[in-house]
Amino acid sequence: MASSEQRPVPSRMTLQTMKGKKVGASKGHSLLKKKSDALTVRFRQMLKTIVETKKAMGEEMKTAAFSLAKAEWAAGNFKGQVVESVRRPAITLKVTADNVAGVRLPIFTLQRNESLETVGNLGVASGGQVIMAAKESYFKALEALIRLASLQTAFFTLDEAIKITNRRVNALESVVIPRIEGDISHIITELDEQEREEFIRLKKVQAKKQERAAAAEADELGEAGGEGGAIFEDEDDDVVF
Amino acid sequence: MSKKPRFIGGSDLKVAVIGDEDTVVGFCLAGVGGRDAQGRSNFLIVDNKTRMSDIENAFREFCDRKDIGVILINQHIAEQIRYMVDTHEKVIPTVLEIPSKDKPYDASKDSVMSRVKVFFGGNIE
Repeated sequence: MASSEQRPVPSRMTLQTMKGKKVGASKGHSLLKKKSDALTVRFRQMLKTIVETKKAMGEEMKTAAFSLAKAEWAAGNFKGQVVESVRRPAITLKVTADNVAGVRLPIFTLQRNESLETVGNLGVASGGQVIMAAKESYFKALEALIRLASLQTAFFTLDEAIKITNRRVNALESVVIPRIEGDISHIITELDEQEREEFIRLKKVQAKKQERAAAAEADELGEAGGEGGAIFEDEDDDVVF
Repeated sequence: MSKKPRFIGGSDLKVAVIGDEDTVVGFCLAGVGGRDAQGRSNFLIVDNKTRMSDIENAFREFCDRKDIGVILINQHIAEQIRYMVDTHEKVIPTVLEIPSKDKPYDASKDSVMSRVKVFFGGNIE
């Protein structure tokens, strides 16, 4: 299953690098796993809060709409006036980031600049109080909404981050590490094979050498024997038993 | 820090509102509304005469603008441009669906809630 397309060169050095790679991959795997766990914990916690805030927001909006209706009843139709008098927003958002295991989650915070509010003299004749109450209740609703917005962005960001991290964990676990292990075992078998070949070669050389040595000895013996024989033959004529 | 300055921008962000008159007036009252020198406003009042293309254009514009951090949209309006809301991928601006005065909040139609629901195994009680 391991890389069949390109085998590494079987040598002690590559084996060493491969082992190093395996250590690195396992370390990375465990770290990513931890990261994924941390993110998931945070994610689970958030899910509940999101649902709760969403529901609370519904209530908040209902109250706000009701107070606006009350204001309208008390002060007459001032809606057009409100929309027309809009200039610069009095409410702005500041974005800061929260860091969860290397993932940045945006957090919105409301900033209210009272001096920019344009509805100060609205309903002076009648119903000013009620309009202000409506304003406050809408502001409260907005606060809840902004909290929800932070949660929601965090939700999407975390969701994405968890997916990516899990993909990496799985890739390491089921592709990279098995491949490295395959390469290592391949190198080991290959090295063993080489060792056996070498051993056999040495054996053969030794056998050849012994053979040659034996042959040389036999030759020497034979030569000596031949000479001796000649000598004996020579002496045969003289010696009479 | 300097490597990923994705959403730690220098300037403050605004809140955009797409909704019926009551919703928009309410949030303008709270101080959300803004209109710049070119007369561009960060809200859109939708009544029954507003065409769908206008809503779409407004939504697209708010999404593309750099100075908007959150888009509040009434749920029944989000329903009309559901395909755009659902395909909205960016982290900022965040799209928030809010209930309107005469249409109660239906959690099952919310695109975020439907995603949250998946993690709760189908019910969000």
